[in-house]
Amino acid sequence: MSLMAEMGQKAFDLGAPIAVHLDVTYRCNERCVHCYLDHDDHGEMTTTEIKRVLDELAEAGVFFLTFSGGEVFMRRDFFELLEHARRLLFNVKVKTNAVMIGEAEAAKLRALNIDSIQISVYSHRAAVHDAITKLPHSFERTIKAVRFLRDQGLRVSIANVLMTANLHDHYGVQKLAAELGVHYTLDPTITPMMDGDMSVLALRVPGEELEEVFKNPALVPNQEEFCAPPKSPTAEDLEGYPCSAGHSFCYISPYGDVFPCVQFPLPTGNVRRQKFVDIWNHSPQMNEVRSIQAKDLSVCSSCSHVASCSRCPGLAFMEGNMRGPSTADCEKSFYRTGMPTANMQRQGLSKLGGSRPRTMAPLVQIQPVGIPA
Amino acid sequence: MPETYIARSSAIAARLLAGEMMVMNSADSTFFTLNDVATAIWQAADGKTPLHEIVLNKVCEQFDIDPGQAQSDAEQFVTELSEHGILLVSDHPLISETAR
Repeated sequence: MSLMAEMGQKAFDLGAPIAVHLDVTYRCNERCVHCYLDHDDHGEMTTTEIKRVLDELAEAGVFFLTFSGGEVFMRRDFFELLEHARRLLFNVKVKTNAVMIGEAEAAKLRALNIDSIQISVYSHRAAVHDAITKLPHSFERTIKAVRFLRDQGLRVSIANVLMTANLHDHYGVQKLAAELGVHYTLDPTITPMMDGDMSVLALRVPGEELEEVFKNPALVPNQEEFCAPPKSPTAEDLEGYPCSAGHSFCYISPYGDVFPCVQFPLPTGNVRRQKFVDIWNHSPQMNEVRSIQAKDLSVCSSCSHVASCSRCPGLAFMEGNMRGPSTADCEKSFYRTGMPTANMQRQGLSKLGGSRPRTMAPLVQIQPVGIPA
Repeated sequence: MPETYIARSSAIAARLLAGEMMVMNSADSTFFTLNDVATAIWQAADGKTPLHEIVLNKVCEQFDIDPGQAQSDAEQFVTELSEHGILLVSDHPLISETAR
C-alpha cells in the first residue's frame, strides 16, 4: 500500500474528512447532453462565504480539495478562491472544460501550484465533441487550452465520459491524449439529474458494449484480475463499507448544501447555517450513511460480487434505497465477470439488457475508429 | 559557523492528520508524512528563526531529546526536505512563502 493510500485508510478509519469536492457554481458555458445539473444560479455562495467555508475545511483537516462545477471559470472570483485555498495549503485539483483558459490563465494556474487539472473531452472529432457540449468550437478551444496547460508543466488529465453519443470514440480520445502528452481517464457513469429526472440515463452505454471496454487492455491493464469471477465474500468483506462517501469524503454544492458525495443527493446540512465540522460530526444523515456495512445491504449482502463490486451507494439512493443495489454497477459486475448478480437473479435475469430505455439516438453519426497501435 | 534559516516552499500542500503532518509537493507529487518531531520543526520553519533555536525551543524542550542529537537529526531532515523542494534553506533570513 502506498503512503498516500495508507493515509487515506487512516482518515477513513478515523472518520476524518480528508477530501472534499466543492462545486463553486452550476453555471456553465456548455450544455452537455448528459449533464445532471440545472445551470441557473439559485443563489450561489458569495466570495466571502466560500472563503469562510475553505477556512472551516482547513480547520477540519481537509487536505485534498477539488474545485468543480458547472464551469469554475464562470465565476469571476475563481482565481481569488484558488489563491485563498492555496494559502490554506490545500492540495487542489480543478475540473473544467477549459474553454475559458488562455495562456495567461494557464500561467496563473501554474503559479498557484495546483496539483492537477482535469478537462472533459468527449471525442477526438470536433463535430462529435461540439454536438455533445452544444457549444460551437468548444473542441478547438479546449484542446488549445490543454496545450497551454501542458506547456506550463501542469499535470493535465483528459476525462472522457463514455455514452451512447460517443461510444466508439474512446480509442481516438486516448490516442489524442497520448499525442498531447497528458493523462487519460474514461468514465462510463451517467448520473440522473439532480431533480430526479432519469431521462439522461438513456445515454448510458449498454452493458454489452461495456464488456468491450472492460476487455480492452489499453484501458484495463490488469485484465485477469479485473475480469476474474468474484471470490466468496469473507466475514471481513461483510463488515466492510462501500466507499469513502461520508467516511472521509463529502461534497458541497454552490448553495452550501453538504452531501456524502457528488453522486449522492442526500442533504446532510448547509454550511451557510452550520459549521462544516458540526455537519460532518453530527448530521444524522451523514451518520446513517457511514453506519452501513456490506452485511446491511438488502440484496447485495447475499451477492457473490459483494466484495469486488463497484456498487455506488449514491446511485442506489437515486434508485430509491441507499441500502439497495445500483443497477448500473450490477451491469458492470456482470459484464466484467460474466457472472449474474443477486439483483439480476432476483429479477429472474441471467443477462441484462432489453428493459432499459434506449430511446436517444446518437447525436451525430459515429463510425467506429481504428484502434491505435 | 553561519546560522541556518528554513522556510516552507509555496509549492506544497500540507495538513495534520491525527498528529502526522501530510506534505505533498505539487511539482512532482512527492508525498511525505512527518512524525511529531519533524512536524514541530516544519511548523516552526518561518524563515526568521534560526534552526538551532527551533531545535532548542521546539524539539528539545517539547520532546526531551539531547540537543546534540536533535541538532544532527534536524540538519539531516532539513537537507532531505530541501532536496525535495519542500523546505527552502539559507544562511540568511527568508520570507516564508506559506501561512502556518
